[in-house]
Amino acid sequence: MGRIYLDHAATTPVDPRVLEAMQPFFSEKFGNASSLHSEGTEAAEALEKSRETVAGALGAKPDEVVFTSGGSESDNLAIKGFAYANRKKGNRIVTSAIEHPAVLNTCRYLEKNGFRVTYVPVGRNGIVDLNALEKAVTEETILVSIMHANNEIGTIQPLGKISEIAKRRGVALHTDAVQTFGKIETDADKLGADLLSLSGHKIYGPKGVGALFVRKGTVLEPLIHGGEHEKGLRAGTENVAGIAGLAEATRICAKEMNGEAARETRLRDRLLKGILETPGSWLNGHRTKRLPNNANFSFRHVEGESLVLYLDMKGIAASTGSACSSLKLEPSHVLRAIGLTPEEAHGSLRLTLGRATTAKDIETVLEIIPGEVEKLRKISPMAGMSALEKKRLEKQPHGHGRHGKACD
Amino acid sequence: MAVNYTKKVMEHLANPRNVGEIPGADGVGTVGNPVCGDVMSIYIKVGGGRITDIKFKTYGCGAAIATSSIITELAKGKTIEEAVKISVNDVAGELGGLPPVKMHCSNLAADALHAAIKDYQERRK
Ligand SMILES: Cc1ncc(COP(=O)(O)O)c(C=O)c1O
Ligand code: FES
Repeated sequence: MGRIYLDHAATTPVDPRVLEAMQPFFSEKFGNASSLHSEGTEAAEALEKSRETVAGALGAKPDEVVFTSGGSESDNLAIKGFAYANRKKGNRIVTSAIEHPAVLNTCRYLEKNGFRVTYVPVGRNGIVDLNALEKAVTEETILVSIMHANNEIGTIQPLGKISEIAKRRGVALHTDAVQTFGKIETDADKLGADLLSLSGHKIYGPKGVGALFVRKGTVLEPLIHGGEHEKGLRAGTENVAGIAGLAEATRICAKEMNGEAARETRLRDRLLKGILETPGSWLNGHRTKRLPNNANFSFRHVEGESLVLYLDMKGIAASTGSACSSLKLEPSHVLRAIGLTPEEAHGSLRLTLGRATTAKDIETVLEIIPGEVEKLRKISPMAGMSALEKKRLEKQPHGHGRHGKACD
Repeated sequence: MAVNYTKKVMEHLANPRNVGEIPGADGVGTVGNPVCGDVMSIYIKVGGGRITDIKFKTYGCGAAIATSSIITELAKGKTIEEAVKISVNDVAGELGGLPPVKMHCSNLAADALHAAIKDYQERRK
């Protein structure tokens, strides 16, 4: 039996059409886009054509697109770049509690460097608390950064309303659209975004390439200094093959988006219905305001890592928000932010569909998952445990404590 | 985060030995913390100073399940004196090593066994 890959939020395979579009730029059309000769011109043309394609998908102008090494760099350039360039206007940044680490850790870094960051909470459904956001945006706020859709629970944020709040105060808006670009509409004007991050490998393009949309008039400080590439915003000889791949992936997504989103939504809904028949299971995140391909469940008394390993042995690639290792004790910050207890968050399973996912795959998965959950429940002492015993254990230092770290 | 487990770990995870509870056990040890995502219970039956039967229940990561399974195999048939000496390193060694971030899971298994033995000894007092 072939493998069933349901981890498209982590990464996707490169589409054969994308690979073909990249191929010429390794050995044949290898020029440096900064060179004056024909080889250089050829590379520069490919670069600019790619820029037009990506800009087109954002409803932007080509000179508003900066190519980067991926989503993480785009987030870093947007937030640090904006913060450093606009420091005189204020030192406050507002973001949400459920951002990707590329945003959260960038904000934490800025906190160590004189900026003040507010992490706005989200409701049980994963939607940003707009009242809290409104209050958090003050005179000193220079930037609001709220992701378009969450990578774990797939919740899509009401960016229109969020940008209204930011605009009312004359504050710039950055959005991490890494999970939405190519999957649902990401028109920068409609979203009201001044900065928007995207990444190639989530949309059947190559890894290590992405882009940042920078609205005309938005000033950034570069993070990588060097030559005058990307209008001085990002030095380094352009990754022409990667960028051509990103552009081709963008073109295909734009062309197939509506049909594919509808198809994945149908499969996803079938998956939800089937899985939620399992006793002691529930869906994390908003039921409808979520990415077409995202499903995120919790199973009571089951730990996520062991479930992922059990599914892997059955040929299913899935993911969990549980991180039980001595490096990172906390289960997913996203699941904690939507109000799950640590124990509930440890039992999470994320399944993210993609172009290759078939109706038959979903039926197979529905046949396998309840059985694997049941197996783990049979091994688990949690189901039969008295509340008193649980309380006693919760007060115990954990084995991790030997490494000098404590649990919350 | 991807974790590289040995074949032996995966084998014990796929087919854990001695799963369950022992009604009327002579000693029970439960360690771990649900907040951290791992709890282990070990049940022992003792006869003539030896562990005649042992079972476990574990809620936790792959390594936690595999280490509990292997420790029940290591302890079965051993005298109490021998079983007390089973250490973290014995568990990890038997599994062909554990990734460094997962070493404490063997701690947990050894702790659970030792807690069960302690419970047995206290009940005899
Ligand atoms: C929401 C989100 N932001 C940022 C990133 C980082 O993108 P990249 O892997 O291209 O650096 C990811 C994926 O890893 C993501 O899901
Ligand atoms: S028990 Fe914590 S990582 Fe295995």
